[in-house]
Amino acid sequence: MLSALAMLLGGGGEPVNDGPVGAAIKNFSNWLTEPTRYSIASILAVAGILYFRKFFAKVWVITAFFALSTAYFVFAFQDPNFNAIITKPDNVPIVILFATVIFFTWLSLRRAVINDERTKRGEPTLEGELAKQKVFTWPDLVYSELICLVLFTAGMIVWSILITAPIEEPAATARTPNPSKAPWYFLGLQELLVYFDPWLAGVLLPSFIIVGLCAIPYLDMNPKGNGYYTFEERPFAIAFFWVGFLLFWVSFVILGTFLRGPNWSFFGPFEFWDLHKLEPMVNVDLSTYFWVDLLDKPRPDNPFVREAPGIVALIGYFLVLPPLIGKTVMKKMVEEMGMVRFNVFMHLFLWFALIPVKMGLRWTVNLKYFIGMPEYFFNV
Amino acid sequence: MTKLLKYVRESQIWKSVFRHGYPDTPRNRTLAVLSNVFLHLHPVKVRRSGIRLSYTWCMGGLTFFLFLILTLTGLLLMFYYRPTADKAYEDIFALREHVPIGVMREMHRWGAHLMVISVWLHMYRVFLTGSYKPPREFNWNVGVILLVLTLLLSFTGYLLPWDQLAVWAITVGTNMARATPFLGHEGPGAALVSFGGIDFIHAGDDVRFGLLAGRFVGEGALLRFYVLHCVGFPLIAATLMAVHFWRVRKDGGISGPL
Repeated sequence: MLSALAMLLGGGGEPVNDGPVGAAIKNFSNWLTEPTRYSIASILAVAGILYFRKFFAKVWVITAFFALSTAYFVFAFQDPNFNAIITKPDNVPIVILFATVIFFTWLSLRRAVINDERTKRGEPTLEGELAKQKVFTWPDLVYSELICLVLFTAGMIVWSILITAPIEEPAATARTPNPSKAPWYFLGLQELLVYFDPWLAGVLLPSFIIVGLCAIPYLDMNPKGNGYYTFEERPFAIAFFWVGFLLFWVSFVILGTFLRGPNWSFFGPFEFWDLHKLEPMVNVDLSTYFWVDLLDKPRPDNPFVREAPGIVALIGYFLVLPPLIGKTVMKKMVEEMGMVRFNVFMHLFLWFALIPVKMGLRWTVNLKYFIGMPEYFFNV
Repeated sequence: MTKLLKYVRESQIWKSVFRHGYPDTPRNRTLAVLSNVFLHLHPVKVRRSGIRLSYTWCMGGLTFFLFLILTLTGLLLMFYYRPTADKAYEDIFALREHVPIGVMREMHRWGAHLMVISVWLHMYRVFLTGSYKPPREFNWNVGVILLVLTLLLSFTGYLLPWDQLAVWAITVGTNMARATPFLGHEGPGAALVSFGGIDFIHAGDDVRFGLLAGRFVGEGALLRFYVLHCVGFPLIAATLMAVHFWRVRKDGGISGPL
């Protein structure tokens, strides 16, 4: 029993013969986690879960999900490539992140579904019912805090005894490891480096995330859903946060940790991290598409003339689109929010939307830059 | 036994510490919270909905608790760690080699990872329950800054073991600063910041240089990150936490339906 467990956790050094089913599962996993499919699949998953939320809020669904995931992990542990990446001590927290985010997302969704049904029937929400009662902090709150604290500390000590904190070779500025990765919580941003230059992915977009988070309470004018879980009373806010937090943050952290190897190339979970894996660089600037492909001319020498199509496109996107939308489809929203709020919201939203837009264009037409001015380090 | 307990409880020493009887009556339960400087962060009474784990997920509390664990273990680690390029790695390595069942570094490292996760989940919960809505807008903002500080604390701590992982992760991270518009020497607009043909922004004086106290991750960066990690950021975080908790009380306690 113990030796079996040790073998499981220690990872078979020997490649195991999988048989047809095992091989099929592995091939499918490698195929599905390729970044394009991974991203599209997660978008579909978020949309599907929100739409069929009554189904996904069921207890057996999450139980089945965790049971299947556990089975999958036990199966995958025997694969040396999967084992090598998942059992790195510093990757344990990412597995915890994966499990807790999914569990709490489910929990919040379940309570939202229950609350929405109660509201429809005219009953108070789960929280509303309990909020009428007041209890003494001592003992009700203090005791549960103490229990949490003791259990948590015990868990931390066990974890710390079982897994030693790793230390690698001494720092050597002459030897660059491959891959060089940022700390795991910034891997979502490092993933954006595939699509954007550092001044956007590493400086501007993170700043917008912080500003955007700070702006949320002032932009969300919906007074409903304060202090209880709900989806139907604030569908846009919840869906937006799901996309931002679950897709573009948490799932990119997982992608960056487990599926990005040497040279930031993509590797499926069961794929060997081959240093020499080549990914063809076939990306093309918008200016090339415009001058060479469309007009059949060489690209002009003056960078501003050369990049005119991209400049016009982005000016249209950031400066023409907001008033256009404000005057037409979102007229009511402008009235409710006022011009300042609406414009701040639109600009933050457009920056956010630029990420999936650029990703989509990269996958479909291999777009490199809208504006590519390496002369001024100005690439968008 | 009961007699002894009674004797202790009625002694002058005991009574000088605890100004109330055993908290099993409403009066004493109130006093237990009011007369204790730590417990009085809490109100005397709370809404039953606000203390359910299924509602709060306990993530804010865990984050604070992790901050305490990290402060304690970090303090102990500081006794054995010298933030210089030739000693840092040696000291961390010695902690592993010479201390049997040493868990302080482990607690510090795993706790730091967990704190990032618990802060994210806390923010997630606060968003999903709409708890940033009036009157809690300002406190949400304090929370966002605390989230950023948590990441900065973790990021500065990442460098301290001074191994390959540390140095290169910080190199990747701080390389971004090179591209800061106008302020990084590879950022858009940096070339415009020049006067009479002299460039003001170059590799020797841009934002990245300021972060690292040098052109690459070296001794200067190590000391800078160490001071920020052990003193600078914890002080700011502790101050903002005080504001955060105080505002939770002032804005009506743990959120709940009105």
